[in-house]
Amino acid sequence: MRFAVRRTIFYLITAWAAVTINFLIPRLMPGDPVTALMGRMQGRIDSNAEESIRVLFGLDTSSSIWQQYVDYWGLLLRGDLGLSFTFFPTPVAEIVQQALPWTIGLVGIATIIAFVLGTSIGVAIGWRRGTWADALLPITTFFSAVPYFWLGLIAITVFSVTLGWFPSSGSYDRGMVPAWSWEFVGSVIYYGFLPALTVVLSSIAGWILGMRNMVVTVSSEDYVTVAHAKGLPERTVMVGYAARNAILPQVSNFALSLGFVVGGTLIMEMVFSYQGIGYTLFQAVNTQDYPLMQGCFLVITLAVLGANIIADFVYAALDPRARQEG
Amino acid sequence: MTASTLDVPAPTGAVGEPVLEIENLSVDYGYVDDATHVLRDVSLTLHRGEVLGLAGESGCGKSTLAYAATRLLPPPGLITSGSVHFTDRDGRRTDVLRQSDAELRASRWRDTAIVFQGAMNSLNPVYRVGRQIADGILAHRPGMRRREAWDQAASLLEMVGINADRLRDFPHQLSGGMRQRVMIAMALALDPQVLIMDEPTTALDVVMQRQIVEEIADLRQRLGFSVVFITHDVSLLIEIADRIAIMYAGDIVEDAGAEEIYRRPRHPYSSALLHSFPPLRGERRELTGIPGAPPDMHRLPPGCPFAPRCAHAMDVCREVRPGLTATALGDRGAQEAARRVACHLHDPASAGAHGLPPDLSR
Amino acid sequence: MAQDTSLVESETVVEPAVEHRTRDPRRPKRFLFLRNGKALTGIGILLFFGVLAVVGPWIAPYDPNQVSVDLLQPPSWTHWLGTDHTGRDILSQIVVGTRGVLVVGLIAGVSATVLGVVVGVTAGFVGGAGDETLSALSNVFLVIPQLPLIIIIAGQLPTAGGVTVALVIGATGWAWGARVMRAQTLSLRKRDFVEAARANGERTWRLVLAEVLPNLTAIIAAGFVGTVTFAVMSQVTLAFIGITPVSDWNWGTILFWAQNNLALQRGAWWWFVPAGLCIALLGMALTLVNFGIDEFVNPRLRSTGMNARVLRRRRIRPRIGFTPVLRTPPGAGPRAAAAGPTRKERS
Repeated sequence: MRFAVRRTIFYLITAWAAVTINFLIPRLMPGDPVTALMGRMQGRIDSNAEESIRVLFGLDTSSSIWQQYVDYWGLLLRGDLGLSFTFFPTPVAEIVQQALPWTIGLVGIATIIAFVLGTSIGVAIGWRRGTWADALLPITTFFSAVPYFWLGLIAITVFSVTLGWFPSSGSYDRGMVPAWSWEFVGSVIYYGFLPALTVVLSSIAGWILGMRNMVVTVSSEDYVTVAHAKGLPERTVMVGYAARNAILPQVSNFALSLGFVVGGTLIMEMVFSYQGIGYTLFQAVNTQDYPLMQGCFLVITLAVLGANIIADFVYAALDPRARQEG
Repeated sequence: MTASTLDVPAPTGAVGEPVLEIENLSVDYGYVDDATHVLRDVSLTLHRGEVLGLAGESGCGKSTLAYAATRLLPPPGLITSGSVHFTDRDGRRTDVLRQSDAELRASRWRDTAIVFQGAMNSLNPVYRVGRQIADGILAHRPGMRRREAWDQAASLLEMVGINADRLRDFPHQLSGGMRQRVMIAMALALDPQVLIMDEPTTALDVVMQRQIVEEIADLRQRLGFSVVFITHDVSLLIEIADRIAIMYAGDIVEDAGAEEIYRRPRHPYSSALLHSFPPLRGERRELTGIPGAPPDMHRLPPGCPFAPRCAHAMDVCREVRPGLTATALGDRGAQEAARRVACHLHDPASAGAHGLPPDLSR
Repeated sequence: MAQDTSLVESETVVEPAVEHRTRDPRRPKRFLFLRNGKALTGIGILLFFGVLAVVGPWIAPYDPNQVSVDLLQPPSWTHWLGTDHTGRDILSQIVVGTRGVLVVGLIAGVSATVLGVVVGVTAGFVGGAGDETLSALSNVFLVIPQLPLIIIIAGQLPTAGGVTVALVIGATGWAWGARVMRAQTLSLRKRDFVEAARANGERTWRLVLAEVLPNLTAIIAAGFVGTVTFAVMSQVTLAFIGITPVSDWNWGTILFWAQNNLALQRGAWWWFVPAGLCIALLGMALTLVNFGIDEFVNPRLRSTGMNARVLRRRRIRPRIGFTPVLRTPPGAGPRAAAAGPTRKERS
């Protein structure tokens, strides 16, 4: 129970910090890019919307910084993230809401596949140390160093430009109307396959290497020797003793590197023009759509936070010591 | 030495046939040509029902011997020669080093069980102790139900003095002494004939140490297994062992009855080792250290490895390595005749000038 | 095993410590790190790029900005790596761009490492509420996705040149190092020699400088290398999505131009393949150096003596739980034969 309380407090602090960072960034920036944009939008923004943008970006210089902070929280809690400049006058919240499921679907599924697959391969390589399996390490190292987006470029060149097997951009056939039909779902899978494959290929290497090293380290623990001494079947020793313990740091690393992995995979959406949060952020940056940028960052952070909470529960379920000590 | 001296039945407490015979076992660390030879032609026999103590300083190879004999030595350990014969209750003799993986796996824990040093790390932290006792039982009793295995685990725990409801505890919920008892219960699960205990009490306080040692002695009385007890604490060994083998630099330097070693050590190193621990009971003696440090196993001097630290070293000690043979005092009775020592002081040829070897017990 | 003689001569003669079965009984070798093949390969590649970064502008065959009439040419003798859509030489862009990549990597790496060491060591050393606050701070920074954060900061800066980007990366990327450093400091703080120095009345700052920091060298180095890797990747990514000025040449800028001028659709592989390979090669070199440090710190990962060729020749399969046995069958001579029945079964 103490464990849960401690973690909850930590996540509340993190969420608060993310919001506060979001609040501070535009206020700390030199210059005032938003005012210029507001000038261009003159007359097209109604006074209500203008007010919320002023609060979000600190243009409301008349009130104190504390007042601004309170107003800011007030807007966020009402779900008001301002209006997008690019897709004027669509509210940022609405754009983000549309993009988020695509990202969770693509990045989420691909990351989980990469983690599960990479961890299993890592166990196999770490367990068969000193055999042919070690030959896989240099290749893995190379893949772990390849930038995600570049692998995306290569994948597009090979599979869509040269071979023509998969589309190079988009998330479903534009001729279709989104619906829960087999046809549409099939199209989504077809369009998502190449980006997902690239995400898996580029992030799997890190999981393989991490798990391999953990299995090598755990294999020389006394309890693994005891398991051998008991005459347990090799599979039991490998899975139940070596891998079962090696996965604990792997899961906590998963939680900690999620931010990094998600950042990298978001770039993948930009390469494939996949209509998720990453691509939206990319468009926002290119068009200097500040409200949209801020909104995307906030949502990405909260999503990563959510994933972290899940990883935490998984860890607690796996490690009896964590449940007790917190 | 003469052949007849070795034919004398083993002394003090050795009641039976050999159960584990280690012959000329050599072990390297490292797979390359300049590997370190950590064990060199070591031979040792454990008899049925006997408690054999294995003593020596850290790094002398006593644990290596036990792990090599069970083929549990981790990389980069490599067994380069020798044989380890195990004789089961029906008198069938098998060479452990020639068994296939499946045979070895089947015989492990059933024939020879091990209590490892540091019970802290010997239990899998993520499984309940009951499961860890039960999975060893289930691996050797195909067809047995989980329920039965857990029931058996419960009675094993009770046997070592732990309440059976501790079965559902995780290792971190147990104290150090309890964990060590769990390890002992686990080791006795399949009624093994040989129990190897590697420094089972090192991490415990003196009171707990005493309890555990008494417990082992008691269990051996009831169950009749043989014990190899590895420790650096010779005075503890003298309390519980029937026979003691002293190791130095990857070799056995003396092998004799416990009482004999204690009263009349024949190797200068045994004597020095005895004088560096206070006896647990009995008369007090002056504590002296052993000058110098154990040798670097990678660069052993020619001759006797103990020579640089030995007060009795002669010229021959620095040139010729002594073999493990009968003592020069073999005519002093059956017990003396059954002892073996690796020291030139006991070689009639080289010790001739000095007459009988000096009395090392003082 | 190497042992201090003075200890042995003192009261307790036999070292009561547990026997280390797994340790290589040989004396620890100095500069073991440099004997590591992986680390050496990595350092070699790094040196190559380092030299390129220094002399790049002088040895580049062309001015990377110089347009020519050779539009989108594949590799040839005049343009080894071909040209882009305005006839600029791609090899020159890569060679000149090396400096930008390394400078940003270094600045970001140094600033993040310094921040990480300061926060981590302080947290580990002061303990109590200060520790709680600093650890919470670094955990917050760990959870917040860095790349999007860098993107929105860099995206809102009026000018996001190389150094600015490096500093932004440094300011956001220190948390991992701080976390590792704190854990290590905590364990060091409890060691005898630090306790002894503290009992002797050493001042805290001296304690940190003289006793703690030297023992953190390997960890700090690993953190530095890791941060440099992250900085290089982030910077290249930022350049690729066009946040940093597209006139600053680095490998990401090349990919930006390639992506925005349909290099993929036109099949101009020479435009984006070499730059990506350079990034991967640099990243791999840094990873290899980190492997070397890892194996230096964690001896269990070392494969000392596990020379694959020797193992094959002697037919040894190193395994935990089943020590290999060398068999010399009668008449086979000194050459070692198979480990016998151990190799039959594999589950």
